[in-house]
Amino acid sequence: MPAPYSPLTACLVLLVLWGVIGLAGLLRPTSLRFVAQTLFPISALCSVALAAVAVWSLGVAPERAVLAIGLPDLPAHVRRDGLSSVFLFLLGAASAGISVFAAGYFRRGHGTSAGLLCLQYHLFLASMGLVLLADDAYAFMVSWETMALSSYFLVTTQHGLPDIRRAGFLYLLIAHVGAIAILLAFGVMQGGSWQFTFEAMRGARLPAPWAAAAFLLALFGFGAKAGLVPLHVWLPEAHPAAPSPVSALMSGVMLKTAVYGVLRVTFDLLGQPVWWWGVVALAVGLFTALYGVVFAAAQSDMKRLLAYSSIENVGIIFTAFGLAIVFRGVGMPTMAALALIALLYHSLNHAFMKSLLFLGTGAVLHSTGERNLGRLGGLIHRMPWVAWLTLVGALALAGLPPLNGFVSEWLLLQAFLFAHEVPRTFVNMLLPMAAAVVVLAAALAAYVMVKFFGVIFLGQPRETALARAHDAGVLQRLGLVWLAAGCIALALFPTQIVHGLGAVVKQLSGVELPAQTAPWWLLEPIPGRQASYSALGFLLAVTAVVLLTILGVRLFYHQRVRRADPWDCGFARLDARMQDTAEGFGQPIRHIFGQFFLLRRELPSPFDRAPRYRVLVGDRIWERLYGPLGGLVQRIADGFAWVQQGRIATYLLYSFVTLVALLALVL
Amino acid sequence: MRPIEIVTQLLELAAALAAAPLFLGWINQCRAWLQNRSAPSIWLPYRGIRKLFHKDAVIAVQASALFRLAPYIVFGAMVLAAGIIPSMGTRLPFTRIADAIALVGLLATARVFMSLAAMDVGTAFGTLGARREMMVGFLAEPALLMIIFVASLISATTALPAIAEHLATQTLGLYPSLAFTAVAFTMVLLAENARIPIDNPATHLELTMIHEALLLEYSARHLALMEWAAALKLFNYACIGFALFIPWGVSTGQSGPLALLASIPVLAAKLLAAGGVLALIETVSAKLRVFRAPEFLATAFLFAVLGLLVHLLLGA
Amino acid sequence: MSGVPLILQLLNFCAALLLLLSFAMLSQRRIVNLVNLLAVQGSVLLLATLLLAARTGQHHLYLSAALTLGLKVILLPWLLHRLIRRLGVYWDAEPLLNISGTMLVGVLIVVFAFGLAQPISQLASTATRNAIGIAVAVVLLSFLMMITRRKAMSQVVGFLSMENGLFFGAMSATYGMPMVVEFGVALDVLVAVLVLGIFFFQIREQFDSLDLHHLESLREDTDVGRN
Repeated sequence: MPAPYSPLTACLVLLVLWGVIGLAGLLRPTSLRFVAQTLFPISALCSVALAAVAVWSLGVAPERAVLAIGLPDLPAHVRRDGLSSVFLFLLGAASAGISVFAAGYFRRGHGTSAGLLCLQYHLFLASMGLVLLADDAYAFMVSWETMALSSYFLVTTQHGLPDIRRAGFLYLLIAHVGAIAILLAFGVMQGGSWQFTFEAMRGARLPAPWAAAAFLLALFGFGAKAGLVPLHVWLPEAHPAAPSPVSALMSGVMLKTAVYGVLRVTFDLLGQPVWWWGVVALAVGLFTALYGVVFAAAQSDMKRLLAYSSIENVGIIFTAFGLAIVFRGVGMPTMAALALIALLYHSLNHAFMKSLLFLGTGAVLHSTGERNLGRLGGLIHRMPWVAWLTLVGALALAGLPPLNGFVSEWLLLQAFLFAHEVPRTFVNMLLPMAAAVVVLAAALAAYVMVKFFGVIFLGQPRETALARAHDAGVLQRLGLVWLAAGCIALALFPTQIVHGLGAVVKQLSGVELPAQTAPWWLLEPIPGRQASYSALGFLLAVTAVVLLTILGVRLFYHQRVRRADPWDCGFARLDARMQDTAEGFGQPIRHIFGQFFLLRRELPSPFDRAPRYRVLVGDRIWERLYGPLGGLVQRIADGFAWVQQGRIATYLLYSFVTLVALLALVL
Repeated sequence: MRPIEIVTQLLELAAALAAAPLFLGWINQCRAWLQNRSAPSIWLPYRGIRKLFHKDAVIAVQASALFRLAPYIVFGAMVLAAGIIPSMGTRLPFTRIADAIALVGLLATARVFMSLAAMDVGTAFGTLGARREMMVGFLAEPALLMIIFVASLISATTALPAIAEHLATQTLGLYPSLAFTAVAFTMVLLAENARIPIDNPATHLELTMIHEALLLEYSARHLALMEWAAALKLFNYACIGFALFIPWGVSTGQSGPLALLASIPVLAAKLLAAGGVLALIETVSAKLRVFRAPEFLATAFLFAVLGLLVHLLLGA
Repeated sequence: MSGVPLILQLLNFCAALLLLLSFAMLSQRRIVNLVNLLAVQGSVLLLATLLLAARTGQHHLYLSAALTLGLKVILLPWLLHRLIRRLGVYWDAEPLLNISGTMLVGVLIVVFAFGLAQPISQLASTATRNAIGIAVAVVLLSFLMMITRRKAMSQVVGFLSMENGLFFGAMSATYGMPMVVEFGVALDVLVAVLVLGIFFFQIREQFDSLDLHHLESLREDTDVGRN
């Protein structure tokens, strides 16, 4: 058992507490007041406590314990080190905001009862925490599976609708394909000792081909959960189907457990990564990033847009991952540390930004009942709290200074700047161009965020029913404020956070940044290169100039304002249907990146009395990969159908043959 | 932080604010000379801005606080950018808070706020302009980043004043990579500042507008600030070009006030020349169709990548 | 960069110009401009040869420069212009891949060529050995131009550009080929252009167009019964 006052004990206690809260929901399953307004806030407090413990334990040495649960000869090993602490902080801090929001969000509807939902939700949280603490393959896989199953039930909350059931099935299918790959990876990594503890895997010295096989299997398996192309297809289906707090939790936290997994396997269990693994991860990550953001720009459903945007950010995280492996593999440890810090920082950022955005869409959905961008608009007037807080999230996701999305991109670009020093011939020329693709993805993300925020909150309402939209309740606002505050905190104190992450990275793979000489308000990861950024200074400078301008204008001129109809070049009869639709806003992307899409257009003929124009944007991967794959599986399955003859005599023959064979073998 | 650095910083900001509209006027004058017509006075942009400040602001009924706040934020971003770019001296106290990548991010922030403000009123032309502005933006950013990469590879830093100082203190050399990136930078400058061949700054046809369409709903002081910010943006881009490609004449290192004073006429000369070149390019080219803009910017990106590859191969 | 003598800087500049010209040719649709770009490429080669001759003092390079001037800058472009006027081909048809795609493939080819050339540069002993990568890139880019074009004239220009690239490569790696080889290659190129000119008339007579797409109909049809 672990020591009484260690961080590990505290984490385990909090995870158990979540489980208890989940079970408590079953006591009064249909009482919304009890479940939503009492239990969820308590769970949020547990999340805050978990985040606090995680931050406190960042510098503490790793500690492990063996728990008495599990099978007789296979107890569960747990271990908490720096990497676990970072992701536990992510889990705790993000889920705190989400739980508070969920307290104000859930209402009586069709589908799962509140108590059951509470159980599934807390089981999800607890299993994610256990994944981060597991120190042997059994505990890991059990918690991984529990995470997948509980999130499946959460996704299919409104299980009355066939679309949602289908989305859940797809999610479960790909989650299990990934789990098989992870299981195989663990099987390779035990390296002959048949001990499945992580400790044994750390000690196993795998020959190069087996190590490569383990890495590729882990990349495949964890990539399926994270949403790398081509295993991303479940994300755009499952996220819109799930309730918004669940989508936020999945996008913000669950995808990061996959990142944790792949980091743990590559840098901790496999120990010495080889440089070409990094090239593979980088290539997959880059393609995923570009793919995700291009599709996000073409969506008409706000939650699908955010789901594709998550795919893009996962791509960027894996790009940083690949870069770190390349640097580590060729012997540039400082740069590897910088890339790893950029990776972890981006994971933290994304958890807060994406959760904030998903909760914002949840509030909009709660208030208007609309998910389609073509029926929203002008909500900044009816829902100011939600609008302004979502603006923080949107600007952050667009990677604009001084918010947090920019900091992690800045760190990643600084790492790319050193890529030309890699002593491998083609790699040192291709990596700077990879940086350009990352910038393209980031710039496209800004495009997508302008579309998202502009179509939902700005402009004129596209439906008259939107006039009855109400702003978010107190609990919802609290959740949104918490997450926005997290974004701002991550934005304004990068130096301290980089310092904390630096300790984690050192513990993980032994690489570290050189000693920092800059003052507390300045981020200068590599001293002596004069590449620095100060978020606080930036914010202060911009605010100062803006205030001075406002004051100057007020002093020298006047502040008179008149309200009138919009000018619109003198066109008198302006109505809400004349502004850009979501599809219209995405048209340049469809035009420029047409190769990525499967476009089906239905054009009206000149003689149509009620002309309709439809364009359906599909994913080519369904047609190119999953279609043939599905056909193959079907054909193999059909091939086995001959076993089922339908005659009793044949079945008796099967039993007879098996019996004879067993007798022959045994005797 | 020596007093001379603070003076340099303030002088640069003042020069940018004061000279940006004049630069616009000068470009119009050069264009008129090339097109054999007489131009309006070069002080006309100032009169325009002053006139606008006096007017009452007329705002659409459905405009939100974002619409009213955006001009101040855009203007503030451009002023901050002017403070980071080494137009007269390379010892600037502001530069530690933002390097070249942050500068690109700052310009992106201004662009996003302009687009959001245009979408706020919900008119057809505003949203059309927002969409096109963001399109040009996302294509220009990778090219701009490649240009900065090449410059920072040569100077081993991403802080713009440090790059300028490094290049200015080298003995004169022919850098083919910088020549390529100079061409790329000129193309990006034309695209980002809504000049021909991407956008016609003097057009009245709303369907062809990119930048102007974002300003359609603004009036009075808001419009004045946006126009001033647009002039500042062009000025800033020109100064970035000078810092990266022709940095000589800027006061560097530990030089005293004399060097700072000497850099003012040098900057003026560079601006005069740049204005002439820009006017020439605008007169000789025709405006491209909107969907040829990606090809234009892809060519700019290609030039920048070629510059990078040539640098990696030839070391120059 | 400050320590490198001026002539070497100029030579590097010429190399970069050559690369730029190859890309310009890749994106050019007007055949007249293609031939003009070829002439410019020849003059850049001339300049580079003269600079190298001035630096290394090898006199056979002056002779080589004169040959380049006569053949690549004056004679071949004039021949091609005459052909264009007589055949009436001024524009190329839509290339196989669109411009952006071609450029992207071009950049990848350049990366490949540069990567390939780095170990070779270590073996050479000349001062301009870094430019071998550019020579290889020019050759491959001209090849790409030949592949993606439809009109026969553009392919000839690509062929000549490839020869320019090889010449530049020889010059930067070994200060030029032996004069016998140079004369031989120059004669071959001249004869090739003359013969190709004759072929073009034949093709045009047969198909009424110089679009090489039509040559595909010369394939044997194995499932057609009539003779």
